[in-house]
Formats: sequence, C-alpha cells, structure tokens
Amino acid sequence: MRDCCSIDRPISLAAPLTDADVLALRAGQWVLISGIVYTARDAAHQRMAESLARGEDLPFDLKGQIIYYVGPTPAPPGRIIGAAGPTTAGRMDRYTPLLLARGLKGMIGKGPRSAEVREALQQHRAVYFGGIGGAGALYAQHIRKVELIAYENLGTEAIRRLQLQDFPAMVVNDCYGGDAYAKAQARWRKDL
Amino acid sequence: MRERHARVKQIAAADISARVAELCIQVCTLLPPDVIAALQAAREQEASPVGREVLSRLLENAALAAQQQIPMCQDTGLAVVFVALGENVRVTGGHLGAAIAEGVREGYQKGYLRGSVVRSPLDRRNTGDNTPPVIHTKLIPGDSLKITVAAKGAGSENMSRLRMMAPADGVEAVKRFVVETAEAAGPSACPPLVIGVGLGGSFEQCALIAKRALLRPLDDQHPDPDTAALERELLELVNRTGIGPMGVGGRMTALAIKVETAPCHIASLPVAVNLQCHAARHASYTWRFPVGQELAPAT
Repeated sequence: MRDCCSIDRPISLAAPLTDADVLALRAGQWVLISGIVYTARDAAHQRMAESLARGEDLPFDLKGQIIYYVGPTPAPPGRIIGAAGPTTAGRMDRYTPLLLARGLKGMIGKGPRSAEVREALQQHRAVYFGGIGGAGALYAQHIRKVELIAYENLGTEAIRRLQLQDFPAMVVNDCYGGDAYAKAQARWRKDL
Repeated sequence: MRERHARVKQIAAADISARVAELCIQVCTLLPPDVIAALQAAREQEASPVGREVLSRLLENAALAAQQQIPMCQDTGLAVVFVALGENVRVTGGHLGAAIAEGVREGYQKGYLRGSVVRSPLDRRNTGDNTPPVIHTKLIPGDSLKITVAAKGAGSENMSRLRMMAPADGVEAVKRFVVETAEAAGPSACPPLVIGVGLGGSFEQCALIAKRALLRPLDDQHPDPDTAALERELLELVNRTGIGPMGVGGRMTALAIKVETAPCHIASLPVAVNLQCHAARHASYTWRFPVGQELAPAT
C-alpha cells in the first residue's frame, strides 16, 4: 500500500475530468495526466474575468476541464512547444472561485492556494495539482499537440489547448480539504 | 597625454552584443556545473524518498535541456546584467548599455527564449524581446571588462523580501527573517533554493548585495569566518523547515545560503533576502588585453 500512487507508482488520469475522477483523488497522490488541458495564466485570467463581468462567453467551455498555469517559451524549429513547466498558482487565486463555479474541475500549477480556493474546491468538487516547478524541458516531452485557442496577442500568455501524455503531477488540494504541501512540511519539519 | 591615450583599450559594441547574446542562450539552457553538483549532493543527502525523486527529475530536466538545447525552465527570466568596467576601457561604435540591451534582444530571439518583460508595471504590455535588461555597472581599475548575465525567474524573485531592522534587533532577528522568508515562499519559489542575504548598506545597496551574493559559486567559503559561520547556521535552520524539494517535504529546502555585508548607518540594520530557484542561472565573459587572450566563459 505504501507504494500506491507515489511519485514512482502514479495513477493514470484522463482529462477532462468527471466528478467520479475528482472524488477518487486524495492529496499527496501522484498522477499521470493524459488528454486535453487549456493553458491560462495571469493576463488570460484577467481577460476571462472581464468577459464574465460583461456577461460574455469564455473562449472555451470550462465544464470538466483542467487549466494549466503555464507560459511556454516559443517553439524552436522542429518542435511544437518550448519549455513548458508550471507557474505559481497563487497569483490566479482571486479568479479561481469564479471559474470553479462555472464547472472548472482541475488546475495544474505550483505553490499553495488561498483558503478561498481550497474552500471552493470542496464546494465545487474540483482538484489542484502541483507540478515540478522549473522542470520546463521535462514537461515539454509530455505535450503531444498544441493549438492556439484565444487571446493570440498575449503571446506566451495566450490560451492554448494542449494534448498531454503521462504528464506527472501531485494532487496538492483534493475536494475533501486535504493539503499535501501542509502535510508534507509538518511531517518533515524539525523544531526551529 | 599621448602615453595616457595609448593605454585606453577598445572593445567594439557589436562584440559586446554578440557575447551577451551567447551568454543569454547559455544560461537558459545549461545549468552551471556547481549547481548540478549541489543538486546531486542534495539527492544523496535527502531523507525524504519523494524529495529524492523530485531532485532526480530536476537533474533529468537539466540534462534534457542541455541535450535538446531548449530552456530548462519556461521562465527564462528577467536579464540581470552585472558589468565590471575597467577605467581604461572604451566601448567603440556604440554605447555600453545599448550594446548589452541589443545582446539580450538577439539572444532571447535567436535562442527561442521567452519575452517576460512588460514595458510598464501597470499597463502590462509585453515588449516581446525581453528588453530592457537590468544593468548594474561597477567601475574598476585597469583594462578588463567582465559581463555577467543572470536570468532571474519571477517565482523566486516575487517571494524575496527586504526589511529595515533596528540595530537592537540583532543577529537573532536576522536569522528569523531569513527563515520566515523561505517558509513564506514555500513551494512557490521552486526549492531547493539558493538564498542571497544582504546585511547592511543603504536600502538599495542591501538589495543589490543580496543579489550579488547569488553569483557566488555554491561551494565557496565566505572569507570572513563569522559570515561563513552565519551562512552555515542559516542553511541548517532553513533546512529544518521541512518544505523540501518543490514542497513535497524533506530536508533539502536550500542548496546554499550566501551572505554579503556592507557598512551601514548607526541607526540601521537593513536585511535583504533574495531567493533564487534551483535553476540558478548565470554566466560571465571577461575581455582582457591584449586581445586574443580572453578567458573562456566561466562561472
């Protein structure tokens, strides 16, 4: 049992996600995500929030989807994308409850989330995955297809649809209030 | 007059641009050997199994970036450029600052590196080519020119802090501040970290010496024994926080802590903590004369 869902024995997970997928995940488990995710970071979140405030539709239907917080480097010749690792999730916290209320089921980033986001994950049955920050070259190997969807003039911050293959990440916050970062730090902390 | 004039050494602006462009590409794709060695040592010492595995993935990432010549991280940073300019050196065919900016522009475009700079902090429009760089210039005696390019990512930069303490707060408050800063940063700053600490100076000098501390080789020893002892103690304290590699839990929260000090006002104890992620990217090039005897790129 100790090895179940550890970093070297991860669970395969298909994206987009169903409620059943989300309910089965627990903080601290490692997953390999395959399927469709959408990229969005600071500027794209701001634009989406502005669209919603004006009563407009978003560039893609959020239901069941995963948003990957990433701003990739440009694709060199012969490649579909450059380095593409996760960015700090906390900067998107203020927009996240709004998107979760519209059906967003997952996010991939790095670093902890606010109390409001953790609460909203429980309320809307969604999950936050933490990737290995700084592993941009490694994560590029797990991206099979890239398609520009919206906000092209934002450059690296545009919304892209990615097809992932066995993309490794840890469940940081599950839909039951579990927090893998807090648990791990408490386990390894020594008196200061 | 004539003799004095003869001693002035000339470096072409175009040469500076070309070298800076190479340095930008090099730092974003090749992790320096001292950082690789520190990550390997951390993997040996890490008690947490998942922490060890994360360190292995980071080493694998660095190897992939080098083999495939792609950036190790998508945040290819703000280009922070340190210049040590010999007083007998003159730049010809252009200005030093413009030559460096041109090198950054060329390097980030040719190297397919990310433009991560907005022209104004409030209107947020991307300049597209990662210019302007941040340039710190120091005049030195003699006739050499050394340029160091550091690609500074925002994940760790955003979690950095500066506090103007009172002299009565003393070294214990300094230690608490360093540990608190690392803890508040947690996984967001991409640990294992390199931590640059500035102690003393004025408000802006304190921040600058903290950043310069990040340029030191990770395995060096501070020449002042008290400062060296403080560095060792701070490393021990930060590695008790339990954050571990990428926040998965463990002992290896920091690879190294480097402290630089400067004289300061009788009323002040400025402390700056500049966090650096595990992708501690910087490289230098030095022009020395006679031309043709330049040092190979190092550190």
